[in-house]
Amino acid sequence: MISDKILQGAEYLIRDVPSGDVFTPEDFTEEQRALGETTEQFLRNEVLPHVEKLENHDFILLVKLLRRFGELGLLMIDAPEEYGGLELDKTTSLVAAEKASLYGGFSTAYAAHSGIGTLPLIYYGTKEQKEKYLGKIITGEWLAAYCLTEPDSGSDALGARTSATLTPDGKYYLLNGTKQFITNGSFADLYTVFAKVDREHFTAFLVERTFPGVKPGAEEKKLGIRGSSTTQVILEDARVPAENVLGEIGKGHKIAFNVLNVGRLKLGACVVGGGKCALAEGVRYANLRKQFGVTIGTFGAIREKIADMVAALFASESVAYRVGGMVDARLATVPKGIPDYYEAYQHGIEEYSIECAVAKVFCSDVLALVADEVVQIFGGYGYTQEYPAERFYRDERINRIFEGTNEINRMLIPGTLLRRALKGELPLQEEVMAAVGRLSAARGEPSSAPFGAEKALLRNLKDAFLVLAGAAVQRFGAKVRDEQETLIALADVAIGVFSLESAVLRAEKIAASGNAGQAGLAEAAAGVFAFQAAEGAVTAARRAAFYIGEGPTLQMLLSGIRRAGRYDASGLLDAKRKLAAATLEKERYPIG
Amino acid sequence: MKILVAIKPVPNPDEKVKIKGDGSGIVLDNIKMVVNPFCEIAVEEALRIKEKQGGEVVVMMVGPKVGEQQVRTALAMGADRAVLVEAGTDLDSLAVAKVLAKVVESEKPDMVLMGKQAVDDDNNQVGQILAAVLGWPQATFASKVEFLADNRKANVTREVDGGLETIEVTLPAVVTTDLRLNEPRYASLPGIMKAKKKEVKVLELSSLGVDTAPRVKVLGYAPPKQRAGGGRVASVQELVEKLKNEAKVL
Ligand SMILES: Cc1cc2nc3c(=O)[nH]c(=O)nc-3n(C[C@H](O)[C@H](O)[C@H](O)COP(=O)(O)OP(=O)(O)OC[C@H]3O[C@@H](n4cnc5c(N)ncnc54)[C@H](O)[C@@H]3O)c2cc1C
Repeated sequence: MISDKILQGAEYLIRDVPSGDVFTPEDFTEEQRALGETTEQFLRNEVLPHVEKLENHDFILLVKLLRRFGELGLLMIDAPEEYGGLELDKTTSLVAAEKASLYGGFSTAYAAHSGIGTLPLIYYGTKEQKEKYLGKIITGEWLAAYCLTEPDSGSDALGARTSATLTPDGKYYLLNGTKQFITNGSFADLYTVFAKVDREHFTAFLVERTFPGVKPGAEEKKLGIRGSSTTQVILEDARVPAENVLGEIGKGHKIAFNVLNVGRLKLGACVVGGGKCALAEGVRYANLRKQFGVTIGTFGAIREKIADMVAALFASESVAYRVGGMVDARLATVPKGIPDYYEAYQHGIEEYSIECAVAKVFCSDVLALVADEVVQIFGGYGYTQEYPAERFYRDERINRIFEGTNEINRMLIPGTLLRRALKGELPLQEEVMAAVGRLSAARGEPSSAPFGAEKALLRNLKDAFLVLAGAAVQRFGAKVRDEQETLIALADVAIGVFSLESAVLRAEKIAASGNAGQAGLAEAAAGVFAFQAAEGAVTAARRAAFYIGEGPTLQMLLSGIRRAGRYDASGLLDAKRKLAAATLEKERYPIG
Repeated sequence: MKILVAIKPVPNPDEKVKIKGDGSGIVLDNIKMVVNPFCEIAVEEALRIKEKQGGEVVVMMVGPKVGEQQVRTALAMGADRAVLVEAGTDLDSLAVAKVLAKVVESEKPDMVLMGKQAVDDDNNQVGQILAAVLGWPQATFASKVEFLADNRKANVTREVDGGLETIEVTLPAVVTTDLRLNEPRYASLPGIMKAKKKEVKVLELSSLGVDTAPRVKVLGYAPPKQRAGGGRVASVQELVEKLKNEAKVL
């Protein structure tokens, strides 16, 4: 029985959520905190001193560091106990991912190995396959990679051309094709390769690098994350034993996409880590660099950047761990040991594919803002390789491209929502009707209770989203799926709502915890972010309205949005100054 | 061999700490605490000794209950169990040593290992006082520990000014660790999960019957002086003048 406290996927758009129901970093267990500390210490002491070597492709060192991560148990978080793993929750792996992201090259290699590289085997492997490979993978003796993309099929992953043909004796599949941009490609020992059996049935295979006919290509020359390896994997009559088919023939798409849900969520946590690290460098510099006789950290222009970054990171952190908590709460309802355990488990994750996409897009966009502003704080020095700001700026960029581009992920948000509504899984139509009524009715002043204004704003933005979604379906019918500009605008509203709600509910929870110092900062961060999010959501909503509506409908939509977006941000300047002062004093992200 | 390791939580050395407005102490709200680095070295040494010759590693700590987090860190590194004497942060070195001595008396270890000093107050006293209270031999600033004569004795190499000194102590003894003794391991994730289940015995300070009345009173804390900006001098003469009269170094 699933408690009704556990939100269904996308349900946040049609319901008020009490703050007690959201998981936040304040809820971490002692063990999760301790793991975070170990991971961070390891990165600071063992990885960061070698950044230059790693940036210059010292992959022998990279592999050594990944193996040491294995010794610390950081590669076995998700693996089942019967194969030597720890089988801990997703939140634990998010904490590890965040702290491993002090250096982008390393975190990419780690995520590719422990996430998309290992999870297909855990979720879909047979007993024999797990016995053969999993033990090596979770100690780091073997390293793993995930090979989905091809030169001619990136976003269109199912358009893969790599073929798999059974040999006449039925013992092997011969794989032919080229996989593109494979992280850990040059040194991974085990590739999870997607190919089409008889050019038709999309299927996953466990492919050892030393199988005949398997060859990594040359190292790509990349803009960023140069400490990670990215190569083609070339398959020329690659001989893969028939027992290395992973999951069912023709069901590869399920493996590919389900694993990407987790990958997207993890990426959310990674970029939170990267963002905090960049912020700390920027703030340290702001305390040192003097112009006009004072440190630049005393300038309002710089302080405002710092405050905006902290507020955005607060929201980003709140989003990633809230989604992690949602997934964990649902997965905890799956009884261990049932025959179709991983089937039910997958179902639990898939439920939150919308939230995973929100985390991926929102958190990576926040990192983009942070990396950009940190370069700006460094001024000309930020543009040189003397300082790490330049690397943060280059490393950030990939996060908006891989694990599904941010466009693909944005479109997935309303796309999945509408599909679920059509299937009757979400009562969207009734909700739209109710929202139309609410949005056109006169509304009272928001409550003056703490976060009253933000909660009223949230309720109104949810209504605006529903009204727009309803209007879009009315206007375009089933063809709304092809109206990408509208879908993206709707996604931006949905992302704005989720991120704002996550930040506000967390601040409310911290306020209730009685830690006054933290509560003040969290409230300031939620307030500063609320202003940004409200402005952003209103702009996106207006964009959608102009795409969808005409004549009186358009006027109705626009006036509804105008009312919905009202937000009294009094105290904004004080809140920004408070955040900036605390951050400059601590020289790091000051919350938590 | 049974080894008792004393540890102390200290503010994370990477954190910027602030002194309270009235100078009575440092602000500890929302400051991350860690195991004092020298104590971590002591834990590591104890674990290595146990790995070589078997035995038990017990961690002890005197301080507020929140320090249990740092005790768990030592357990996650591999220590077997722990004793935590609940007390305020206001005990002076003598009081801490007397309390630790009580724990030592009931645990009867073959050796007490501890950091040579804690990086917060830099007192460098508790180990020496503990040895005196117990009437045990002491070997401070250890950079190497070797066992002799069926563990009845140990050779301890000490880092002293300008070189190394090796002394022989009869066990049981108190040994305090210096920076170069070893490189402590990281707490592994399986270690962290196991630590959750290890025993931490919590004792009330009052139950030990120790007089902890302070003999040392801290009068105040002050931040290091801000560095004043440099200035240009016009001539060698002016420089000499300033060194003599302003800096008073000549
Ligand atoms: C450093 C790096 C590491 C990577 N690691 C891996 C890995 O380990 N394993 C793996 O399998 N892949 C990996 N990838 C591949 C990555 O996932 C793809 O690059 C990504 O999915 C985009 O595919 P593409 O590059 O072919 O771009 P395209 O799909 O060609 O996209 C180009 C542009 O068109 C847009 N677009 C595409 N289709 C649509 C559509 N239907 N509607 C609207 N807009 C659309 C995209 O958003 C994008 O802006 C990696 C890539 C890089 C650069």
